Formats: sequence, structure tokens, C-alpha cells
Amino acid sequence: MRRTTGPEIERLIQVLAKLPGLGPRSARRAALHLIKNREKLLVPLTTAMEDARDKVTICSDCGNVDTSDPCTLCRDPRRDRSIICVVEEVGDLWALERAGAWNGLYHVLGGTLSAVEGIRPEDLSIARLVERAGHEGVKEVVLAVNATVEGQTTAHYIIDRLKDLNVATSKLAHGVPVGGELDYLDEGTLTQAMRARRPF
Amino acid sequence: MASSSFVVTRLTLTDFRNYAALRLDPGPGLVALTGANGAGKTNLIEAVSLLAAGRGLRGALFEDLARQGATRGWAIAAEVASPEGETRLGTQWMPEGDGSSQTRQVVVDGMPQKSPGILSHHMKVIWLTPAMDRLFAGPASDRRRFLDRLVTANDAEHGARVLVFEKLMRERNLLLEDMRPDGVWLSGLEAQMAEAAAAIAAARLHAVQALQNHIKFLLKGSAFPASILSLQGDLEDRLKAMPAVQAEDEYRRLLLESRGLDKAAGRTLSGPHRSDLLVTHEPKSMAAALCSTGEQKALLIGLILAQASSVKEESGAAPVLLLDEVAAHLDRKRRAGLFETLKSLGAQSFMTGTDEALFNGLGKDADFLHVEAGIVTRQ
Ligand SMILES: Nc1ncnc2c1ncn2[C@@H]1O[C@H](COP(=O)(O)OP(=O)(O)O)[C@@H](O)[C@H]1O
Ligand SMILES: [Mg+2]
Ligand SMILES: [Zn+2]
Repeated sequence: MRRTTGPEIERLIQVLAKLPGLGPRSARRAALHLIKNREKLLVPLTTAMEDARDKVTICSDCGNVDTSDPCTLCRDPRRDRSIICVVEEVGDLWALERAGAWNGLYHVLGGTLSAVEGIRPEDLSIARLVERAGHEGVKEVVLAVNATVEGQTTAHYIIDRLKDLNVATSKLAHGVPVGGELDYLDEGTLTQAMRARRPF
Repeated sequence: MASSSFVVTRLTLTDFRNYAALRLDPGPGLVALTGANGAGKTNLIEAVSLLAAGRGLRGALFEDLARQGATRGWAIAAEVASPEGETRLGTQWMPEGDGSSQTRQVVVDGMPQKSPGILSHHMKVIWLTPAMDRLFAGPASDRRRFLDRLVTANDAEHGARVLVFEKLMRERNLLLEDMRPDGVWLSGLEAQMAEAAAAIAAARLHAVQALQNHIKFLLKGSAFPASILSLQGDLEDRLKAMPAVQAEDEYRRLLLESRGLDKAAGRTLSGPHRSDLLVTHEPKSMAAALCSTGEQKALLIGLILAQASSVKEESGAAPVLLLDEVAAHLDRKRRAGLFETLKSLGAQSFMTGTDEALFNGLGKDADFLHVEAGIVTRQ
């Protein structure tokens, strides 16, 4: 194939194309846009990304990503530390925060159980959850996992692991459609599902 | 214009099978499609069958539907009249390099939809093809699929439930292959399997019961023999004898107890994936599988007609019927009986045949279409 740009630009396009939501065409457009707006976009983006690379860590309590460990949410004194909301991914945590649907702590599992994908209990942050749920003062664990087969299987698993602790467990109420993923729900539905959560 | 049945008022095909471009406004009642072998009669009704979720009446791969030599995939557009009014349905498939080619896009009234399942709200279609001739004598899996399609016609969630069960079962089978399978994980899967299985079996029993009623009332004194339906399966048998929660509990316990056996077998030995629909020729009190080829065909037609009647009752509108090569197998009296029943159902019915004489008894209000090499002309 004939080269139309230098390797640096080609590499930029290739990396951009790996971002979710960007295909080869839109990556090309994004690269061009960055290059054209060097001072306004390319330079601040480079700095922002370097800062992110240097400072972002994963919270060793809840699994959230932030620039401090424990994360801002875990350190916030106004949050209710007696309730923990379990989510699959950081994106779900952000969705709940956007909706303002939760004022307790979170716990990010980092995925769901899946035999076919080889994701086992030890690959998820379940042991740490059991440890946190056993801390004094924790009263309830809410399973805000997706209404998918994998999400519900993971919920069953966690409920069993928590059953000897002195905590209540609940899951999101109807309103989350079967097969539904939290990340895609509108904020009203999410708030509704959280308010109407039921014991497992 | 609202209609008391589902009616395809316009069909537009682009690069679909042997149709490069077709625009057809079929009549609202009986539609006869005639033409030589290979003309494209089945292809045409296959296109109509794709206005429902799934892979159409041949169960084909989407890539095989694209006209040979066409490079940009295929498209089917239709205008459908129903009691709801007019709806524009569209579905298309385009070849893609990234492996997502087993999905097709669906558009309803110009709005792209997330999944083809939505089609069942706008269109009901039932078919009978020569490939179904071995339904009674063939493997149970064919009857199960037939049954589940029948359930889905009136209960759109059923298909999703079956998929959920199958996914859970695959996960369980995989876990059982472990040296020391995780018991807690297995229990979680089995609890969900039992829940799905009970729902699947209940929906099947309900649909079979409804169908049996329609067989009784529709086929009485008709040209087609009535059949007696019986659903057999672990869950179905239990549901006939006990409350659903108990059936679910018992099945969950069964799964727990048969982990060893299932592990040895490499699959789950009991469940709704093993159920069977047993059909008996009522007038002869004989298992359908033992009846003659002609008798089996007549039973099958009766079942399909009763199914159409059941869908009509549940959804308030008669479904579109696709009857491929059905007329050719019937003597004149039965043929007349078939046309009569289709008319009384008020269903738009596409019927194919090579011989125009087959459709002599149809009457003036039918739509006679001739198909030749992917071109359709009105007679
Ligand atoms: N993807 C395709 N592209 C072009 N022609 C096709 C395609 N698939 C099937 N055909 C042709 O369609 C014809 C079969 O049409 P069909 O509708 O089954 O005929 P019939 O009128 O006998 O029912 C065959 O000649 C076959 O070669
Ligand atoms: Mg044919
Ligand atoms: Zn944290």
C-alpha cells in the first residue's frame, strides 16, 4: 500500500482507532482535528494524558479510579459508610453518581463471572468485598449488577459468600429491563430502580 | 388504513436472493405465486418471513441471502397494515469485515431499532414449508423449535427466555468440566436455570392448551384432521401435577443431584431443552409419526391453521401465512377446504406452486402472480 502520511501520524490514527466508539474513519478525522488545532487541543490533551498516566490509580478499597488512594468517594465524610453498592465496572459507578442515586460507598467488581470467558471468582474483587462487608458498621450490600445472565450469576455468587455475615443484601428493583446494562439506562430509571431495591 | 389482519401491502426487495430489485403490492387475501422450479417463489416468501425476528423460513445465513454478484448486502422494505394502522418495516444486512455480519439492522417507521425482536409487535407471520414434512418423524429438536416458535408468536418474551436458559446451561456444562467445580457458582447458575425452565415450560403448556382449543373448534368438520397434542418434559410433566414454585424447586434439586452424571455425560441430561411435543392423529388414534406421508401433511396443515387462528385471537389480527408448495400435495377437495379456511380466517396467505391449475378454485378476489427469473407479473 502507498504511504500517504508519515509514520507518526499513522501511529496516532492507529491508537485513536482503538478507543471505544471510534472506527478507522472517525480516528482519521479526530487525528486531523487534533493536528489542525495544535495549541488549542493537541498540547492540552497531551498534558492531560500525561497527568492521567502519572496520577491515576485504582482505589484499593472500592476499585474506583481516581488520583488518590483511597478515592475521593471513599474519603468523603458525608457519605453513608453503612451501605455498599456493588457494581460491575467503574462506568456503572459513574452512571449512578451522575444520577445522584446513591449516597453510600461503592464496590467495583471489575467484571462478571463467565465460564466461557474464563473469568473466575478470584479474577473479580469478591474477596475484598467480603472483607469490607465484614467491617463493623456495614449494614447493607446492594447488588447493582446488570440484568444479564452473567450479572445475575455473579449476584447469586456474592449473596452466598455474604450469607454468614450480619449484613442485609438487596438488588435493584424492576425498571432495569432484562438484559439491561446500567451504563445505558437513563438517570430517572436508575434512581427509581435504586429507591425500590428489594431484599435478595 | 387500519386492517383487521396483518397485511403486507407493499414489498420492496433489493439484491435479495435472485431479486435485483422488486416492488410488489400484493392483494390483502389469497395470493397465488406460480412459476417454474427455481423461478424465485420461495425466495419471495422467504423475504416476507424475514419481517419477523429470526433467520427466516429457510433458517439461512444472512450472507447467503445477498444476490450473487451484489457487493453491498441485501434489503427488504415493507408496508404492513394491521389494526394499529400502517407501519413501514425495513431490514437490511451489509457485509462487514469485523465479524458482526450475523446481525441485521431493523428499521421501524424510519427509526433504527436495537434488535429484530421488536418486529413481533408490528408483524405476525407463520409458515409451512416442505422442509417441515418430517416434523413428526424427525428429531425431537425440530418439534421443540416448532413449538417454541409457536409460543413466541403469542408471547414475545419466550424466545429470550429460551436463549437465557441455553446460555446458563452452557456455562454450567463448562464449569462441570473443571477438576473441582465451584459449587457456589454452580448453584447460582442452577437457581437461574430452574427459574427460566419453569417459565419456559409454563409458556409452552399455555400455548399448547390454546392451540388444542383452536384445533377443536377450527378443524371440526373441516378437510383437515384434528390432532391431540401432548407436551412431555421434566418441567412440563411436573407443572401438570404441582404448583410452579414446587416444580422449580424440584428441578433445581435435580440439577444439583445430577452434577456427577451430567459431568460424565458432558452435557445437562434433563431440562426444557429435552422436551418433546407428541402429536396424535385424532380420528385414527395413531401417533403422527406412524401415519402416512399424506396424513402427516394434512395434520401439519391443520396445526398451522389452528396456530393462525390462535394468533388471531391473541393479537386481534390474523397473521400472514406463507404456504410453500402446499397446494400440490392436496386433492381437489382438500385444496378447496384449505382455501375456504384461509378465507374464513381472513389471513393474507401467500401460496406457491408450479402449476397454475392448482389455484383454479381460488376465485376472482385472489391475487394471481407469476414469477420468472426474479421478475413478478400480475396475471
Ligand atoms: N443469493 C442468491 N443470489 C442469486 N440467486 C440465488 C441466490 N440464492 C438462491 N438463488 C437462486 O434462486 C433460485 C431458487 O429460487 P426459489 O425461490 O427457491 O425457487 P422456486 O420458485 O422453485 O421456489 C435458484 O435458481 C437459486 O440459484
Ligand atoms: Mg420453492
Ligand atoms: Zn474508593
